[in-house]
Amino acid sequence: MIAAHLPALQVVVPLILAPACMLVRLRDAAWGVALAASWASLAIAWLLLQQVLASGPISYHLGNWAPPIGIEYRVDELSAFVLLIVSGIGAVVMPFARESVRAEFGTRRVYMFYTCYLLCLTGLLGIAITGDAFNLFVFLEISSLSSYVLIAMGRNRRALTASYQYLVMGTIGATFYVIGIGLLYAETGTLNMADLASRIAEQPGSRSIGVAFGFIVIGLSLKLALFPLHLWLPNAYTYAPSMVSAFLAATATKVALYALLRMVYTVFESDLTLGLVPMYAMFLGLALFAMFAASTVAIFQNNLKRMLAYSSVAQIGYMILGLSYINVTGLTATIVHMFNHAMIKGGMFLALGCCMYRLGSVHIRDLAGLGRTMPLTAAALVAGGLGLIGVPLTAGFISKWYLVLGAIERGWWPVAVLIMLSSLLAVAYVWRMVEAMYFTPPPETVPEGMDTRLSMLIPTWVLIGASLYFGVQTELTVGVARDAATALLGMPR
Amino acid sequence: MSDLINTVLGLYNYWIVIFLMMCGFYIVVAHDNLIKKLVGLNIFQASVFVLYITFGKVSGGTAPILGEAFHVYSNPLPHVLILTAIVVGVATTALGLALVVRINEAYGTIEDDEIHSQDDEP
Repeated sequence: MIAAHLPALQVVVPLILAPACMLVRLRDAAWGVALAASWASLAIAWLLLQQVLASGPISYHLGNWAPPIGIEYRVDELSAFVLLIVSGIGAVVMPFARESVRAEFGTRRVYMFYTCYLLCLTGLLGIAITGDAFNLFVFLEISSLSSYVLIAMGRNRRALTASYQYLVMGTIGATFYVIGIGLLYAETGTLNMADLASRIAEQPGSRSIGVAFGFIVIGLSLKLALFPLHLWLPNAYTYAPSMVSAFLAATATKVALYALLRMVYTVFESDLTLGLVPMYAMFLGLALFAMFAASTVAIFQNNLKRMLAYSSVAQIGYMILGLSYINVTGLTATIVHMFNHAMIKGGMFLALGCCMYRLGSVHIRDLAGLGRTMPLTAAALVAGGLGLIGVPLTAGFISKWYLVLGAIERGWWPVAVLIMLSSLLAVAYVWRMVEAMYFTPPPETVPEGMDTRLSMLIPTWVLIGASLYFGVQTELTVGVARDAATALLGMPR
Repeated sequence: MSDLINTVLGLYNYWIVIFLMMCGFYIVVAHDNLIKKLVGLNIFQASVFVLYITFGKVSGGTAPILGEAFHVYSNPLPHVLILTAIVVGVATTALGLALVVRINEAYGTIEDDEIHSQDDEP
């Protein structure tokens, strides 16, 4: 009975529990509620993925109104996979949050922090599950508004300006998306994604639809920080509280990318062959720029959070690169990398959260000798760094392997070479980190005790461990990603 | 000639939309004052509201009332969507203004360039 309503519960559970956090007011109780909501979401996402794998896509009609009139929640392999990423990261980050938030945020009104976090989770899950284009906008704004608040809670006053900048750029992005949806609605009279796809197919070459496509792609690209629309991202991730950086870096851009995949491949799919192909040349070019420019900038950063933020921009470049191939292997790489990058970056930001907790800084100067003072945290940073480079036996390697494979399949040899060259840039910034942590003597005044609290180390290593595990065991990730990619491209299994 | 006049005058709502959209966008990009930026953002969003409402309007149509006397209705759906978008816009503005207040407390100014120069000092 309840199983039939899992798609609705996926969104409703965190949404209802968000005000509950507000009501209990006690710091630990609010944390407990947020923790329970995150784990429940993960359980639901896991059940949904199993259901989808067993019996195909699920279509859930909210309030029993049949689509295309009513709002439809649609869970296929791709959305179930993204739901799993988002709720999985949420479930791992929450145990970490308790100490980290207490240290960075003080004790006043912590329950509001958890309320915002749950709203953000709701929005991100909603984007992944909805089958309605306007409903997607609403969830996009729920997640964005709450993430502006979360970012503004950073201790440094620059968190405020970072949040403001993100608010302005994010709102422009979302408004562009609404303009696009409006034009589509004017042209087709529907908002349901599947219905939109079939009606767009009926009017090939319509100029309004082309314009709508442009608005939607640019709006979502702003949200997912595609180079050169990434300007909000480095400051936002640098000055946000550690737990927020980890959560957003691992989920927010991925979910926006999911929305882009959904729009490009599900809604506009039939227009792929009708003169919009230059769009893919554009994606290809921007992706390559992102890979090189952002990685190069990352090398020169002294604040490690900022370094990882720029590295995120580069990694988003890899995901967009896979999208530009328009073949199953490329898309598989994109989808797998969404998962792998979430594990790697989430884990690394959590490790930096440990440094912030113990040392009060993530400046590369203050991390000198970390290999001796906080061996487990330092090891997590190195393992994550290897994943960013794409060393074999890490998850990053799997993504790059499929990216290169896809490029070769497409006959784009230079692109394959460029992917490997750009990995060398990642070697450079990861090496700077290793050098500071292992080859520089620790400062005289090191706080007493070994490493950091277990409640923070365990979540860090769960994510880093997952990134190593899925570097070897690729059955789940690549299997689901390949199914999702095949379905997106509308090919028979 | 009359075609041209029809295009220019008959679609005046859309011209207003484009004018407002560009005004708003320009203000967001060109102004350094954080409040003015938010005003620009609001104008930008308002232009989209006008766009949606214009789609939904049917000439001579009334509100969607079920009754003998009414036959032509305006499409209520875009209007409802825009109610949602207005709520989102209000929330964004409120949050933006709250941030500006906090920024003013932290920096003592709400001019973008002055904030930057303060941040650049070590």
